[in-house]
Amino acid sequence: MPAAVNAIRSMPRGLALVGLLWLQFAPGAGAFTAYVSNEKGNTVTVIDTDKMAAIKTIKVGQRPRGIELTKDGGFVLVAVGDDDTIQMIDTKTGEIVGTLPSGPDPELFALDPSGKILYVANENDNTVTIIDVEKRTRLGDVQVGVEPEGMGLSPDGKILVNTSETTNMAHFIDTQTRRIVANVLVDSRPRFAEFKRDGSELWVSAEVGGTLSVIDPAKHQVTKKIGFEIAGLRQEAIQPVGIAITKDGKTGFVALGPANRVAVVDGATHEVKKYLLVGQRVWHMAFTPDEKYLLTTNGVSNDVSVIDVTALKVIKTIQVGELPWGIAISAQ
Amino acid sequence: MFSLIRVLFAAGLVLAPMPIAAAADTVELQIGYLHRTEHKDTISLLDMPAGNAGLAGAQLGIEDNNTTGKFLSQRFDLQEVQLSDKDDAGAAALDFAGRGVSFVLADLPADALLKAADAGRDRGLLLFNVGSSDDRLREQDCRADMIHVAPTRSMLADGLAQYLVWKQWRRWLLVVGSHDNDRLYADALRRAAGRFGAKIVQERVFDDTGGARRTDSGIVQIQRQIPVFTQQAPAYDVLVAADESEVFAAYLPYRTWDARPVAGSAGLKPTSWDASHDQWGAVQLQNRFLKSFARRMTALDMHAWSAVRMIGESASRAQAGDAKAIGAFLKGPEFALAAFKGRKLTLRDWNLQLRQPILLADGRTVVSVSPQEGFLHPVTELDTLGYDRPETKCRLQ
Repeated sequence: MPAAVNAIRSMPRGLALVGLLWLQFAPGAGAFTAYVSNEKGNTVTVIDTDKMAAIKTIKVGQRPRGIELTKDGGFVLVAVGDDDTIQMIDTKTGEIVGTLPSGPDPELFALDPSGKILYVANENDNTVTIIDVEKRTRLGDVQVGVEPEGMGLSPDGKILVNTSETTNMAHFIDTQTRRIVANVLVDSRPRFAEFKRDGSELWVSAEVGGTLSVIDPAKHQVTKKIGFEIAGLRQEAIQPVGIAITKDGKTGFVALGPANRVAVVDGATHEVKKYLLVGQRVWHMAFTPDEKYLLTTNGVSNDVSVIDVTALKVIKTIQVGELPWGIAISAQ
Repeated sequence: MFSLIRVLFAAGLVLAPMPIAAAADTVELQIGYLHRTEHKDTISLLDMPAGNAGLAGAQLGIEDNNTTGKFLSQRFDLQEVQLSDKDDAGAAALDFAGRGVSFVLADLPADALLKAADAGRDRGLLLFNVGSSDDRLREQDCRADMIHVAPTRSMLADGLAQYLVWKQWRRWLLVVGSHDNDRLYADALRRAAGRFGAKIVQERVFDDTGGARRTDSGIVQIQRQIPVFTQQAPAYDVLVAADESEVFAAYLPYRTWDARPVAGSAGLKPTSWDASHDQWGAVQLQNRFLKSFARRMTALDMHAWSAVRMIGESASRAQAGDAKAIGAFLKGPEFALAAFKGRKLTLRDWNLQLRQPILLADGRTVVSVSPQEGFLHPVTELDTLGYDRPETKCRLQ
């Protein structure tokens, strides 16, 4: 190390600066930070994706589930349902620095592309709550179906899709007028909604129905219903929840809950290409920003599985807190 | 790409500028709720049925259906009819049919249920049994116009037996009450023991000699009676009680001669719902119920909620307002209900019984949920609970 420092000192100033930057960032080139909410443990586990290991545990409120990063990466937002709020964790210090007025029992939420507005599903009063993140105030509510849960925002931020678990619909909400413009019936207990990055398709998982609906967001119609079949497993053990789609829209991943598998779905043909065995009761997933890895939360086995996205293989398991549920990965 | 997205969304807004509800006339669906004025004695004050027992569950189901229905132009209404002991259930069913009601939830004893089903059959009435656990209604006395939402005694007994066997509590001391329904429950428990490898080491009958459940003198005598009643039993692991009439079972825990756990009608009870059940999103339903009715949700409430949701679910899937189409969907292979039990609930097509996991609750928490791991079945593990297709005596007509 002293040799390197000496070498930098002897370099012209501009070059030395470049060298310093290189020194700072080189080890972290593939290193991102994953934040995992542990529903039972009331904690957030911080994972260094370079070391593929947990490096820190942050205590949060009661029953943390939905978890997202602010667009600038400055804060982790975590819905603590039994405390009826969303907590903000400063990513630099790992400290809780504030709360957002989410309404009762928040579970999943979505940030608009500007990062200024947050949409929260409130299961207990059949509403979607709209929050101004900077002012930390409530802007309004939209009445939806029974037990709202999944939240997906169109890439341009104009349409918010909320799924309601007992009504069994995907509600399309115009984010400007905050009115429902369409309702699409899907299978039982829809839990998650995800748009393709080009806005051409919306995928909605149905946990009890055991299917994934592909919806045309323009026509508001289900264009394809994807079923899953795993040899040796009962149909009722296949309970799709989390969805992750690569940026190019070519590959989708669907977490199948107590089937302990993630289905790999061809983004174009919608055929199931493969089932990857992960930990027990897989809930949600997140890509590393370079899309090399997909991390899954495994609720019953208290761990996170790491999937190599190119090889479509599970390469590692990372122990986290009690009953992991949600996951968000920061570029830092 | 951006312009393409804009075009797509613009097209979407033109195609569907309004919620579906505004586009069509609202279809009204009438659901009946038929029950009998009944006085039930319970040992525990906490188990005294509320005035709106069952009915409240139906009302919450209607509310949930209507939240969904507003997006589909469907509206659900509930009509309650309460019978006295002298009133005829068949006449009540005909009366419902006359008022355009096609679906009737019934919390009635078996004979009254059969009367209602037989009277309503030619009028296209579809009955939902929410109160009776009699196996005969799903076996030799089954009806094509009666759907069973409540689990049978055999389903409850099998759910309990699987857990006791898993726990290695295989030696049972069976104590049976002296009423018909107690004996039927004991039959189901004996059958369950035989199916899953438990052994009933001895049976005792607890005679109902009459008397009040509550007295000013209190429990002094009970503390002496129960140890005496349970002494000199052969070696056993668990006392299993069949006391639907609530004469003695609740007195057993902590009072048996030997220090043994109690299950069945007291202690660890098999049930379709418990006020403490909070898994699989159930806490949302529990919260909605508590908020609306200022009391906890019982199994009867859950049966009624499920029945109303079965109708609502079929109405939304069939996209139909007429009872025939809804009934056909309900009995068809596509039907499934999400009811906070961790898997979909479907109908056994041979006798119209709702398949469902059985909760094992101790009154404070849910201890376990059956079917237990390892009890296998070629079609669905839920069919390890109760009479299965090959053994059924039901011929639907």
